[in-house]
Amino acid sequence: MSDRQTVGDILAQRGVSRRAILKYAAWLASAMALPPSASKAIAQSLAAARRQSVVWLSFQECTGCTESLTRSFSPSLEEMIFNLISLDYHETLMAVSGHAAEEARLKAMEENKGKYVVVVDGSVPLKDDGVYSANAGKTNLQTLQETAKDALAIISVGTCAAYGGIPGARPNPTGAVSVGEIIKDKPVINIPGCPPIAEAIAGTVAYLVTFGKVPDLDHLGRPKAFFGDTIHDRCYRRPFYDKGLFAKSFDDEGARNGWCLYEVGCKGPVTYNACATLKWNGGVSFPIQSGHGCIGCSEPHFWDKGSFYQPLSTAMPGMGAGIAAGAAAGVALGAGAAWLARRRQVAYSQQTSKKEGA
Amino acid sequence: MDLLDFARGPALYFALAVFALGTLWRLLGILLLPWGLIRSPAREGSPSPFSSALKGIVVKLWPHKEFMAGGFFTFINGYIFHLGLAIVVFLFVPHILFIKNLFGISWPGLPSNVIYAVGVITAVSLIAAIANRMTSPVLRLISRVDDYISWVMTFLPVLTGLLAVSHLGARYETLIALHILSVAAFFVWFPFGKLMHAFLFVFSRAMTGVRFGHRGAQL
Ligand code: SF4
Repeated sequence: MSDRQTVGDILAQRGVSRRAILKYAAWLASAMALPPSASKAIAQSLAAARRQSVVWLSFQECTGCTESLTRSFSPSLEEMIFNLISLDYHETLMAVSGHAAEEARLKAMEENKGKYVVVVDGSVPLKDDGVYSANAGKTNLQTLQETAKDALAIISVGTCAAYGGIPGARPNPTGAVSVGEIIKDKPVINIPGCPPIAEAIAGTVAYLVTFGKVPDLDHLGRPKAFFGDTIHDRCYRRPFYDKGLFAKSFDDEGARNGWCLYEVGCKGPVTYNACATLKWNGGVSFPIQSGHGCIGCSEPHFWDKGSFYQPLSTAMPGMGAGIAAGAAAGVALGAGAAWLARRRQVAYSQQTSKKEGA
Repeated sequence: MDLLDFARGPALYFALAVFALGTLWRLLGILLLPWGLIRSPAREGSPSPFSSALKGIVVKLWPHKEFMAGGFFTFINGYIFHLGLAIVVFLFVPHILFIKNLFGISWPGLPSNVIYAVGVITAVSLIAAIANRMTSPVLRLISRVDDYISWVMTFLPVLTGLLAVSHLGARYETLIALHILSVAAFFVWFPFGKLMHAFLFVFSRAMTGVRFGHRGAQL
């Protein structure tokens, strides 16, 4: 570890009480859906753990994910996370720049070989040899491969790193891919969201530090503790969905009554995230609570799934021409078939009247 | 592209294009044939072809007393799943939104749990229908592959819809994708098999009415 002190030592130095650690451990236990009895063990192992060396790489991204973490409205959480980890490299947050910054990265990698965690936000461009995003003279691909080589695990923070996100949206001009598409020999934990929930980032890092292992993941590489349920499963507007009461526009009677937003395009039923339970801004609200449907930002390719305002049960846009062509062909075939039948009928009746005449 | 995108996109486009093509082909192929081809004079005092047609449609909604005893179950069960299907297909809000997106028209729906209950009844009724078809010697004799395929194409959307709503068996997005794919299969099969009766029953019953009326026969 770059820092020989334990988390407990550091917290004590900074005047963080034992009670605060216990409280944090209890929060972590509940957030990660662990039994309440686990919180004491967590507090103990947290205190004894070495600070986790973290190298944070920013690729094709908007810095929203870093903002989500650092501007979270729960400073105790933010403090706690920065007490748990030794953030050895983060372009946005570190004071040094240029060669000194690169040296810090290499040093952290060297000193913590096999033990450091790489956090990535942003997707990796592969097109044209990855020229679309580079820093310190290296393409994102090179930096990622070099940094991930001796890492314990990779955490892809945000939908761009997890699934390609907005840079990867059609027509994907930079050939952007997710971290998981490049790194195949290390555990990759995805914490998608645009941005992801700060508590999900913090909780996952804390779990790694405490237990030294990757939490349970779903088939898309997301920690089940935060991405186990859909927004719809936990949505407080669900009773209105079940009763068939829907807002039809954003300022109608239904919207004012807080009815379900399915008809105005809510993607909650197919979106796995913890927004409806952990919420945002320190648990104040989340998009559906503020009157906007879920846009499904923690799902792969959410940007390419049609309009945010189109109901989930409708077909994706762009099929009008195909159906019209099918209908036109049907009309032509039907008319043709009827015309042939009529001709046969006429020929038949001419034949029979000739026979009758003869 | 994941399964749900494929279902909501290419699969549905293809299915609806085939549905439009096949349905219009068959409907126009029949409706553009010459009308009023019965050459013989109508029996004296027989009703007008129009009222005979109407009578043909209405009277056939209910079987004759003589057929009631033997065919009661088939008849009632037929009504149950047809009405059930109509309620589930046309009064479930997500379905109404699908139709609104296609044709721009919509109407109020029913609460989801009512639809769910009707869906369960419909599924049970459909199972009873196929059990009856497979166990009754007469029905078995007159059943063709078309009958069985049409049943499967009708049953699958009901089954997958119920599974999706109750989140049973797989993740919701997989179930809803399978539901849409099963509906796509239904649309593709619709014009070419017996499902087409949804449109054609009106015309065939009307023609029966006209023929009977023309001859002065009692419907
Ligand atoms: S608002 Fe969205 S997530 Fe909430 S019940 Fe309605 S559809 Fe489900």
